[in-house]
Amino acid sequence: MWNVFKAELTKLKRPSLSISTIAAVTFVTGLVTSLLFLLVDSPEGNGERGVRIGRDVLALPTGVSLSFSNAAGLLGIVALCIFAAQTAQEYTYGTLRNLLVRQPSRMKILLGKLGSMKLFAIAMVTLSAVLAVSLSYLFAGVKDISTGAWSTPDARSAVLRTFINVLIATIGYGIFGMILGLLFRSPISAISIGVIWNLIIEGLLSAFVTNIDKYFPGQLLSIVATGGNDRISYQYALFTSYGFLLAGLAIVAFLFKKRDVAN
Amino acid sequence: MSSPLALDVADLSKKYGDRMALSHANFEVPMGSICGFVGPNGSGKTTTIRMLLGLISPTTGSGHVLGESITQPEKYLPNVGAMIEGPAFYPALTGAQNLTVLAKLGGFDTNTIQGLLDLVDLGDRGNSKYKTYSLGMKQRLGIAAALLPKPKLLILDEPTNGLDPAGIQEVRALLRKLADNGTTVFVSSHLLSEIEMISDHLVMLRLGKVIFSGKTSELLAKQQPVIVAKPENRGDLEKLVKIAEAGGHSAKIIDESVHVTGTSDFSAKLNKAAFEAGITLESLTPVRASLEDTFFEMTGE
Repeated sequence: MWNVFKAELTKLKRPSLSISTIAAVTFVTGLVTSLLFLLVDSPEGNGERGVRIGRDVLALPTGVSLSFSNAAGLLGIVALCIFAAQTAQEYTYGTLRNLLVRQPSRMKILLGKLGSMKLFAIAMVTLSAVLAVSLSYLFAGVKDISTGAWSTPDARSAVLRTFINVLIATIGYGIFGMILGLLFRSPISAISIGVIWNLIIEGLLSAFVTNIDKYFPGQLLSIVATGGNDRISYQYALFTSYGFLLAGLAIVAFLFKKRDVAN
Repeated sequence: MSSPLALDVADLSKKYGDRMALSHANFEVPMGSICGFVGPNGSGKTTTIRMLLGLISPTTGSGHVLGESITQPEKYLPNVGAMIEGPAFYPALTGAQNLTVLAKLGGFDTNTIQGLLDLVDLGDRGNSKYKTYSLGMKQRLGIAAALLPKPKLLILDEPTNGLDPAGIQEVRALLRKLADNGTTVFVSSHLLSEIEMISDHLVMLRLGKVIFSGKTSELLAKQQPVIVAKPENRGDLEKLVKIAEAGGHSAKIIDESVHVTGTSDFSAKLNKAAFEAGITLESLTPVRASLEDTFFEMTGE
């Protein structure tokens, strides 16, 4: 499995993927952070679905990591795309047969791939955290938001907690992408179905049907990133979303192990 | 005592739905030989190779590679190099990076990569992205990848596809060299003249069935030699056929020549008989049946 991990890292380190991921993470984090701070006085709101997050909330110790946790959904979509593409491309390029000749244990291939992509997700989330905190300070200055509480031990602990939650959520989205990649065996199909499901189907249904988000993995992962909310606890969101994902992963892993590699 | 076997396939079958891709195949490939694997498109060559490499599971039957069952590919694949259905690599990585991925995956020494790239004449293009390679270069990279494990058994599916004549000659020489050093080479190809030149063993498939398995020389020896006689006057073709038949040999007209079944010993007698009958021969050539002729005769293609 360690050999698979190292081999996968060689692929993940390629400049085209690294640069495009850095660009995507920078864009997503920059967008969410700037909207949160620069629209603080907007009557249309500066949070998700028109929610207003005022100066007093942003000035709390948790304010420094708020944009970071808000960016988790979009970071998750980036992770979903990368995990799905990295998995499904083995079928479209025909490289899966090479991998299996060099490492016949299909479970080792799967776990090694997952391990290397998790490391990639850690790098993504770390970059996003650094950017979110830096930009929060920058925009707080622009909008006269007090940052006194941001350097307290409470704030540091909030940043660490948010980092862990966003990481769990991002990896969860990535696992969803990997499941789709193994199922559809085509990067375009896997990514488009994943994005449509998360952004449109889950998003729209959750907006119009009360409490349906309790059953949607994507929505639950967003709640994990924010540490839970009034309706859905952190524990429920974490165990339910990962329950769905691990069940899905077990099914596709079984199919991957048994299916003939005939392309 | 029989020589050890690199490949030993017994009653191996693969069925996809109602279609039998390979039906009760039996063949053996001795260690250290170069074995040609030939058959028309769709005859089951790639299906067989995939089963030997553990990529697909057989419907029935068994097989052994380097003495280990094909149900446990992890036991023999570290000693097997393979290129299946053409080269397949990551377009955004360079040739060297692609080999690095496979070397790391198999736990092989990455220091051998430059040497392998030099061996397949890609030494100066190893740092170019795979997507910029020509078909021949991709094919050569595929061969380099197959050689990564310093294999005891090399399985190549159409390795000369896309190569120019010089490239084909280089591959032929490389395979011969590998076999001389003890590597067993199992190679499928459509270029039967190539297979005839390099292989000492042969497995021939048609419609999913093995129609020949054994030494190439034995197969060719079974084919009767032919003498091709071309008269100066095309009107003498029928007369020439009768002369050959009178000598106890079967003969038929193909294009503007008479093809007489018989060894070169009969050439002089045929020439004399034709001369005595007033027929001047433009040419008289003893022809040994090629693998291609044999292949077409056996497969009915």
